[in-house]
Amino acid sequence: MQASDRFNINSQLEHLQAKYVGTGHADLNRFEWAVNIQRDSYASYIGHYPMLAFFAVSENESIGRERYNFMQKMLLPCGMPPEREDD
Amino acid sequence: MDIDNEIAKTQEERRKKEEELASLTSLTFDRDLYGGTDRDAYVTSIPVNDDDDANLDSMDSEVARKLASYTAPKSLLKEMPRGEEDDNSLGFRKPSRIIDREDDYRRRRLNQVISPDRHDAFAAGEKTPDASVRTYADVMREKALQREKEETLRAIAKKKKEEEEAKAEKESSGAAPAAAAAVPKRRNRWDQSQDDGSSAAKKAKTTSDWDLPDATPGIGRWDATPTPGRVSDATPSVGRRNRWDETPTPGRLADSDATPAGGVTPGATPAGVTWDATPKGLVTPTPKRQRSRWDETPATMGSATPLPGATPVVPLTPGVTPFGGTDLQTPTPSNFRGPMTPEQYNLLRWEKDIEERNRPLTDEELDAMFPQEGYKILEPPASYVPIRTPARKLLATPTPMGTPLYAIPEENRGQQFDVPKEAPGGLPFMKPEDYQYFGSLLNEENEEELKPEEQKERKIMKLLLKVKNGTPPQRKTALRQLTDKAREFGAGPLFNKILPLLMQPTLEDQERHLLVKVIDRVLYKLDELVRPFVHKILVVIEPLLIDEDYYARVEGREIISNLSKAAGLATMIAAMRPDIDNIDEYVRNTTARAFSVVASALGIPALLPFLKAVCQSKKSWQARHTGIKIVQQIAILIGCAVLPHLKSLVEIIEHGLNDENQKVRTITALSLAALAEAAAPYGIESFDSVLKPLWKGIRSHRGKVLAAFLKAIGFIIPLMDAIYASYYTKEVMVILIREFQSPDEEMKKIVLKVVKQCVSTEGVEADYIRSDILPEFFKNFWVRRMALDRRNYRQLVETTVEMANKVGVADIVGRIVEDLKDESEPYRRMVMETIEKVVANLGASDIDSRLEELLIDGILYAFQEQTSDDANVMLNGFGAVVNSLGQRVKPYLPQICGTIKWRLNNKSAKVRQQAADLISRIAVVMKQCQEEQLMGHLGVVLYEYLGEEYPEVLGSILGALKAIVNVIGMTKMTPPIKDLLPRLTPILKNRHEKVQENCIDLVGRIADRGAEFVPAREWMRICFELLEMLKAHKKGIRRATVNTFGYIAKAIGPQDVLATLLNNLKVQERQNRVCTTVAIAIVAETCSPFTVLPALMNEYRVPELNVQNGVLKSLSFLFEYIGEMGKDYIYAVTPLLEDALMDRDLVHRQTAASAVKHMALGVAGLGCEDALVHLMNYVWPNIFETSPHVINAVMEAIEGMRVALGAAVVLNYCLQGLFHPARKVREVYWKIYNSLYIGAQDALVAAYPALEDEQQNVYSRPELLMFI
Repeated sequence: MQASDRFNINSQLEHLQAKYVGTGHADLNRFEWAVNIQRDSYASYIGHYPMLAFFAVSENESIGRERYNFMQKMLLPCGMPPEREDD
Repeated sequence: MDIDNEIAKTQEERRKKEEELASLTSLTFDRDLYGGTDRDAYVTSIPVNDDDDANLDSMDSEVARKLASYTAPKSLLKEMPRGEEDDNSLGFRKPSRIIDREDDYRRRRLNQVISPDRHDAFAAGEKTPDASVRTYADVMREKALQREKEETLRAIAKKKKEEEEAKAEKESSGAAPAAAAAVPKRRNRWDQSQDDGSSAAKKAKTTSDWDLPDATPGIGRWDATPTPGRVSDATPSVGRRNRWDETPTPGRLADSDATPAGGVTPGATPAGVTWDATPKGLVTPTPKRQRSRWDETPATMGSATPLPGATPVVPLTPGVTPFGGTDLQTPTPSNFRGPMTPEQYNLLRWEKDIEERNRPLTDEELDAMFPQEGYKILEPPASYVPIRTPARKLLATPTPMGTPLYAIPEENRGQQFDVPKEAPGGLPFMKPEDYQYFGSLLNEENEEELKPEEQKERKIMKLLLKVKNGTPPQRKTALRQLTDKAREFGAGPLFNKILPLLMQPTLEDQERHLLVKVIDRVLYKLDELVRPFVHKILVVIEPLLIDEDYYARVEGREIISNLSKAAGLATMIAAMRPDIDNIDEYVRNTTARAFSVVASALGIPALLPFLKAVCQSKKSWQARHTGIKIVQQIAILIGCAVLPHLKSLVEIIEHGLNDENQKVRTITALSLAALAEAAAPYGIESFDSVLKPLWKGIRSHRGKVLAAFLKAIGFIIPLMDAIYASYYTKEVMVILIREFQSPDEEMKKIVLKVVKQCVSTEGVEADYIRSDILPEFFKNFWVRRMALDRRNYRQLVETTVEMANKVGVADIVGRIVEDLKDESEPYRRMVMETIEKVVANLGASDIDSRLEELLIDGILYAFQEQTSDDANVMLNGFGAVVNSLGQRVKPYLPQICGTIKWRLNNKSAKVRQQAADLISRIAVVMKQCQEEQLMGHLGVVLYEYLGEEYPEVLGSILGALKAIVNVIGMTKMTPPIKDLLPRLTPILKNRHEKVQENCIDLVGRIADRGAEFVPAREWMRICFELLEMLKAHKKGIRRATVNTFGYIAKAIGPQDVLATLLNNLKVQERQNRVCTTVAIAIVAETCSPFTVLPALMNEYRVPELNVQNGVLKSLSFLFEYIGEMGKDYIYAVTPLLEDALMDRDLVHRQTAASAVKHMALGVAGLGCEDALVHLMNYVWPNIFETSPHVINAVMEAIEGMRVALGAAVVLNYCLQGLFHPARKVREVYWKIYNSLYIGAQDALVAAYPALEDEQQNVYSRPELLMFI
């Protein structure tokens, strides 16, 4: 990186992005990305009421139950993280 | 022998001749004229070149010699050689010494002594402290002792003085001769007391106060000696502490070294230069010095003592001798011995140079020069008196080297005096005053032979010198080393080196900043190790808290805050407690401020118990005073953050309102004021307990205390509820009205402020103000004298405006309107400013016809009679009144216009400018009054003045014309537009900003509204002029120019204008090209893109980078401006952008990418996805660019695509690289993914790829597959 680049917005961009939960980086693995995807999905389902209603109808559950289930699933959406082979 | 005879004979002959002559014409030697003195004293021959005359104004004569052929007046010639000073005023200020801008009070910092280290109870644990260590108890004991001593001394002095006064009264008849005799006698006694040493000490002690020049009986004198280190030196010779004390003293350490406890400091080595010892050495005359035969006359030495340069402690001047004589072999802190004023340093610096060149020849040198035979050394004539000019004597008297400690070394004639001595080992240049601190670095010693401590010391000194005087890189590395090795060096050696430097009297701002920075860094590292040095550091840092430079204050606060975090509350309190009741007000003041910083650093609750104890101290009023002052400073420092602790803080200080000491009562009231101000608008309940004493207090107190009480009330009333505020205001108003008459300036300001605060409070009724306050208020304050002082003036205007807000316009304006015709101009101006503010706030509907008449009359009078109006008070006032009266001004307009016309013709440029400015202010009102004919007339008059030569005035005239044109419109304008515009074209060439701005505004206005009145050819001419204006420095001008292009293009069609602009793309200047592209885009916007695009795209075929880039940039701006309209043109420009995005030139791709961005954002949702995807395919490969501007543009283009195409599409571009094996690729892709994610997280949910499950991990999203 050149000296002049050190202070411009581009160099800070990644830092800025890193502040948001759910953003990724070059060392992200499949599992971590998938967890983010799942959580985003559940958050989205809960956030859009018609979606929630749709799922409730199709699963034959109440909307509240459905919301609760989704929230519970956000906890460990993909199960336990896999063992890391390299370290 | 024969020579002797010869000489004797010659002399004899001469005398004879003279006698003859005298007897012959005895009247020629006129005794009454020349006095009865001996003629031997006269100069008998006139020197060949007269030195003195030449020195008088050498510059003058030099210029005259060099520029003999010039015929310019002398005053002009004199100014010529003054080039550099102007450079300094241009922003590169010369480094300024702190001491030069300090007042006497602030200079008292130099009287403080860097006290010895103290015992650190935390580090020592349970052990009883060593006897040699100064503990808190020791310090307190010393303080108490010192207090007692000072008080006794003061009592003695007072008694003495009384006695003396009584005596003086008795002898008043014969006083004059007696006094005359007393003065020299006093001098002598002083000297004698030195000679007979300690035996005379007692006597000297009793007479001490006489030796003090201008000793104010109270604080001034005794405060000068606040510090513990001085206790011991007081015993032998208090009386001699007279004039030496006035010189600022880093060298005071020498005194403190002499204290029994001083053994702690490393600098305690008895250096033999203790302050007590030297004067003796000085006074002994040194007639045996070889330097000059003529100096042997005793007169020189006798009168030498009082001169500043003769202080015993002047250090070695650089370059004179190899430094490091006997003195320097002692370990260093004792080296800096000298109280030495900066003036002395400067004198020394240049005196040294001159003296070295002009010093008298020694006998040896004369011997070498003259032949041995044929000459004889004569006795100097009895009437010979050596030169007495003080400047020269400064060095003629013994310099420090002259003290018995040091013998003058062999002189080295070959030395080069104008070259600064090279410092060894890559050290930076030392200033003369640095030698006393860093001198030992110049000793070429073998570092390996030194003891480890000495090596360490040397290392620290080297680093510090680099920080202080070095180049920025040197400074940086030295600072880092100091920080990194701080713990290794140890707190003691570090601070013993740094702190004395900060006490150096010649310190400059920059140097202080650097040294303070060193302390700050070192503090972090040392942490709890700083405890023994807390007080030392505070002595040096506290003065920063009252520095007039804001940044110095902030720096000081930061250091103290860090210090208190490092040392802890207990240590801070232990260190500062003894200073709280110091006799010196300066010490108490700075300590209070430091305490407030500690409170803000460690939290107020932590400090509350201590504060409570201090504020209730029974022992001394000073302690209570300081305690309460700490509360005040806390309030000032931390503002509304006092709220949680407000109640306890008020409780701590409230008893101070009834203190027996007047100063304590005053500071208590001031502290309450500060607390109330900080707490506003909350916290009235905390002040409940002080309301009664405050309101009772104002009835019983007078003068300063009363002022402070009033101030507190003024700040508390606004916190109250309406009913209470009204009640309390009435209570206090009686006193306030009484104090209206106070002659005291400070009281006046406070009263005005309090009245303002009371009046603006909710519960105070207009009727009450009208009946009870206004009459007295106007009687006492609206007088001419108030207008003379700037602060009074402002305060009075503010208060009156505040009253007007309550009682209305008519009451206030009615009272002062007559004063618009007052004979004092500052007073008229004050009246005008008040009226302006009142009328602007509240309008003029209250003003009846009679008042209106008076007002206009007064304003016209004041406007015409003004002699100067730098702040535009008169102009603003006139404008405000006319605008608020609106149509009611109609009857007066002819008169006003008459005045304006008359003033437009005035000789003074300022008057003309003001008249023109007034037109632009009242043009709108004139239109409201339907005075179009009058305006037309004014237009013609202004038109005639367009030949004005002063640019400021011309600018105002153009502004006035613009205002008239705006108001009456193009058709009715006189002179007609077709005459006006051609007259403006040449003015566009004017380079003055004000002229340019007003002219381009006017032209733009005409182009916008009345383009048809002017032939197209004229507009084209203006276009060419406008191109030049694109270079203007002011953004407003460039913007107006670009807009004008748009109007003109609209008026005469885009073709011609566009041709001009496109040609302009070929010019070299970047600024010009940028503005041109903007202008093209504007033209495109105003005349529809299809009129411009073909020509523009055609221009892209020109094989020239600048032109092509200009075209792309125009496109970028164009699509930015036209927004949605872009959907019709996107297909047309796509091939061009394709080409640009594939160009080798980076800038092409960058500009094209930004064009794509604007285009995408403009056409989002308008069905142009096909074209956009196509362009996206060209943009995408650029994501790996590294040049910041390019990558920025590309990323933005992709963001634009996200908006236009949807996040899903872009995500699909992204997916290919998120898990690319090459890290560089992944990084870029994740960056894009992240910005996509932040921009449209929700939209991505539907587009995420379906991941396959692994062993125990489920990645699928079954919900998305659900389906009814």
